[in-house]
Amino acid sequence: MNIHVNGESRGTGDGQTVAGLLRELDIRTDRVAVELNLEIVDRHDFETRGLREGDRVEILSFIGGGAN
Amino acid sequence: MTTMNDRLVIAGREFHSRLWVGTGKYKDFAETKKAIDASGADVVTVAVRRVNITDRSKENLLDYLDPKKYIILPNTAGCYTVEDAVRYARLARAAGVSDLVKLEVLGDEKTLFPDTAGLIEAAKILIKEGFIVLPYTNDDPIVAKKLVDIGCPAVMPLAAPIGSGLGIRNPYNLKIIMETVKVPIIVDAGVGTASDAALAMEYGADAVLMNTAIAGAQDPIAMAEAMKYAVWAGRLAYKAGRIPRKLYATASSPIEGML
Repeated sequence: MNIHVNGESRGTGDGQTVAGLLRELDIRTDRVAVELNLEIVDRHDFETRGLREGDRVEILSFIGGGAN
Repeated sequence: MTTMNDRLVIAGREFHSRLWVGTGKYKDFAETKKAIDASGADVVTVAVRRVNITDRSKENLLDYLDPKKYIILPNTAGCYTVEDAVRYARLARAAGVSDLVKLEVLGDEKTLFPDTAGLIEAAKILIKEGFIVLPYTNDDPIVAKKLVDIGCPAVMPLAAPIGSGLGIRNPYNLKIIMETVKVPIIVDAGVGTASDAALAMEYGADAVLMNTAIAGAQDPIAMAEAMKYAVWAGRLAYKAGRIPRKLYATASSPIEGML
């Protein structure tokens, strides 16, 4: 199925979960926030939260920043 | 009095350093880490952004800054609307470990001055959700008081526009803020060099937050160390109590015993 990850279209397996997607992308789960269709997914739900065709996933983390 | 037993407490949390630093604009993470260590800061601000999913070779800032050693203070930098600021604050909390957020709602790209009406509105929403909101605000005593009244446990008025290095543009307003509100004041943004930081502390600020003044210096590590001592010196001078300014001289040596 096709989903959007950080604004880019991407294919992933049917029945994929948030945790599965993060593993696929080689992203550690302990330092990211995941927004699924504008709703924040609790880290504890990553393993169980399934993705659907057309879902919009945003994966964010901390970067260097002061202000602006 | 030493700096050791002079701790800053905000919302029940104890902060060891009165110099807080941003982590942007450094050459690389190694330089960021060295500068922060030289500054002695235990509070570091970070921004929240999309993870680079196409190039996973990029290192993570938190590999260099152990969240157990530093207090990670996420900001809502780059947000120009209440909705965006609230969204980023929620994402920061989801990505991190605490309810702390440095709230920025910017009003204008050229000055990066805060949109104080939006700031108050966003702060209200986040405080209701249990956030500890540290608001980046203008040097406006009335807005500072409103932010405290709605539940902000500290306020962060600017010294000058972000990254400008102009130093404290309106010391009188900052002093009025310090008299008006009874929460810690963290002077945030606009510091250019060590004397600016010392001055902010001498006026009675509880802490100073800076990024560009260190990261943009020709030698960021040396400037970080300079800022550490400046903040200490300013704090100690404030606690010590300066002499009043007088127009004419007062001799320091006794007249008695002169020939």
